[in-house]
Amino acid sequence: MTKPMQWAALLILLVLASYRLDGQVTFNRLLRAAEEPQNWLTYSGGYSSQRYTLLAQIDPSNVKDLEQKWVLQNQVYGAWQSSPIVVDGVMYVTERPNDVLALDAKTGRVFWIYRYTVSPDQRVCCGANNRGVAILGDTLFMATLDAHLVALDTRTGRPLWNVALGDPKVGYSMTLSPLIIKDKVVVGVGGGEYGIRGFVTAHDARSGKEAWRFYTIPGPGEPGHDTWSGDAWKTGGGSVWVTGSYDPVLNLTYWGVGNPGPDWNPDQRPGDNLYTDSVVALDADTGALKWHYQFTPNDRYDYDSVQVPVLVDMNWRGGPAKLMLWANRNGFFYVLDRVNGRFLSGTPFGKVNWASGFDEAGRPIQTPQPAGAPTWPGNQGATNWYSPSYSPRTELFYVSAWLNYATIYRKEEVSYQPGRNFSGGGFRVLAPNPDAPTIGIGRRGPINNWTDEVGHGAILALDPRTGEQKWKFDQFDVTDSGILTTATDLLFTGGREGYFHALDARTGALLWKASLGGQIVNGPISYQVDGKQYVSVISGNSLVTFALRN
Amino acid sequence: VDLRRGRFKRAASDEDLARVIGAGVPGTGMPPFALQPAEISGVLAFIRAGFDPAGTAVKVGDPERGRALFHGKARCATCHSTGGLGPRLAPDLGDVGAARTPGSLQRTLLDPTAAMLPINRPVRIALRDGATIRGRRLNEDTYSVQLITDDERLLSIAKTDVREYEVGKTSPMPSYATSLTPDELSDVIAYLLSLKGLQP
Repeated sequence: MTKPMQWAALLILLVLASYRLDGQVTFNRLLRAAEEPQNWLTYSGGYSSQRYTLLAQIDPSNVKDLEQKWVLQNQVYGAWQSSPIVVDGVMYVTERPNDVLALDAKTGRVFWIYRYTVSPDQRVCCGANNRGVAILGDTLFMATLDAHLVALDTRTGRPLWNVALGDPKVGYSMTLSPLIIKDKVVVGVGGGEYGIRGFVTAHDARSGKEAWRFYTIPGPGEPGHDTWSGDAWKTGGGSVWVTGSYDPVLNLTYWGVGNPGPDWNPDQRPGDNLYTDSVVALDADTGALKWHYQFTPNDRYDYDSVQVPVLVDMNWRGGPAKLMLWANRNGFFYVLDRVNGRFLSGTPFGKVNWASGFDEAGRPIQTPQPAGAPTWPGNQGATNWYSPSYSPRTELFYVSAWLNYATIYRKEEVSYQPGRNFSGGGFRVLAPNPDAPTIGIGRRGPINNWTDEVGHGAILALDPRTGEQKWKFDQFDVTDSGILTTATDLLFTGGREGYFHALDARTGALLWKASLGGQIVNGPISYQVDGKQYVSVISGNSLVTFALRN
Repeated sequence: VDLRRGRFKRAASDEDLARVIGAGVPGTGMPPFALQPAEISGVLAFIRAGFDPAGTAVKVGDPERGRALFHGKARCATCHSTGGLGPRLAPDLGDVGAARTPGSLQRTLLDPTAAMLPINRPVRIALRDGATIRGRRLNEDTYSVQLITDDERLLSIAKTDVREYEVGKTSPMPSYATSLTPDELSDVIAYLLSLKGLQP
């Protein structure tokens, strides 16, 4: 080794040594996130992704006394899907396209902003979204629209490293909040409308170096490859654009996988098309596949299974069980055994006509509708990526649903061209007449002239043991809002209409609401600073934070 | 390339610039110029003065020697980080070469107090509860101030909690007018100019 090389090696060692994973937020703190409900440490509030807080200051008797404490106005235009995290009084939130802000969680005043310049080559199907950062030690991690993973110093917002995961020119992108497991940062890629080959990767938190990669579309020789024909696997999609969950006892991490490519033309990809529209359980240390369950084999409806896997320990038919609860975009509410992926139950939570039920192995019995006939649920799904919630107190699962919403699909032959849309058809929303305005991704404006005749939103409370709906809270327009439940049996949620609701989690009764005026397109969070409980939600271009009146 | 701001693709030091002027850049619109050494130094002085005939030419030395000075004799790395790593006491300099000109860097190194940006002034805050906080402001408004404390915590303080609020006028950074030679100063400037932010 030459002298300069020795110096370079020493410098690298010093640099590596200075990255501290035992800084402010250790992996142990993330594991025990439930023990510090004053913080909101991960995208879903904890590894089991129940989006449930133990904070109890706000309760059904005083929720009417909530008042707005502060508002952070977004600096950019477009749907704001980010979910903040809160660590020891500091909130970290992203805004479009890939800016990160650190702010005082008590006042909303900003400490620093990091602005990331996205490659002009990036392309995303459905908006320049980002859903938030993850934290480990003194470092924040953000996945970017041009498929980079960036590490930032929590105190200054300065970048520490930046690694590229995929080529944005051919459609790779990232919009999800990363998941930290041990000393690794786990992410997945989007691009299911561009014929990518999806994957989940884990990266060393100190350097960004890739530790493992799981392809959601198996290559030749890999199990599941025989569910593809010819070269279709090469452009098979299988994007991963919503954060997964983690069971530390099983050391398994669970991720929902998106639609196959092309979206709407299954004739170009005969077979089940594993692992699209599936949940995959991966060994957190190696990325090895332990099990999978496919919700929609050979999907022709764009039924991405990118919902957040909700992990629940409860009694199931006579004994304690480790369960995974999953209300899928395809309209069924599933209960799976998260140890082995066994199908335990599947119950429609709205109108479903693409399948009539399940065979004994838990495979859906598909009933494709004739050309030109409507399919329920429609393309955007009976639910979608926005977070559900589970309350261990009520033992109910809560989900934002689209009801009475159907679409009429058409399929077309499409040839793959790198970086070009690879959808293979299209759809139209079932409406009373051809001129009627309908619903799609994002709200059209403040005047609802499409009405509930093309579908509407609801919060559903489902009993995992029976699949039965315990109560329903209807909204006139559809909703893309996530849900937060509390240890005082409150349920907070929003919707496209811009109302922020507090419901009784046991009955669905409306206890309080605030009209915030902008669509709410991700879930509320709760945290506590200096003895006061706060609830934050993003509506339109504003992050609004409430607490009880002094 | 931004000549006025001293941003170059192929040159860091004055020697590099002289080489590019003499040889040109093949395959681009930049031809070789057959200039005498005195003419080249005149052109360099004009560039380094920010195209201001009345400006002061700033000599830009060797970035590698500058890096050694930054981490060694000049002790810059005691307070400043470069690219996120290191102390957070003073502003990070990881992209200072993309944001500042040679002239402004030289002004800061020679007279840090005069060149100090207002937001970077050191503050001392005595709270009503008796605690004293020292740090550097990140943000401030009518009712509150956000800072990074000397022990590197992000802290937001309500002004109603403040008993005394002192904004220092003197930079904690020393002047390098006498502690570095002119050549060493030029090397540090060259190193700072080479810090262009994290390149993926």
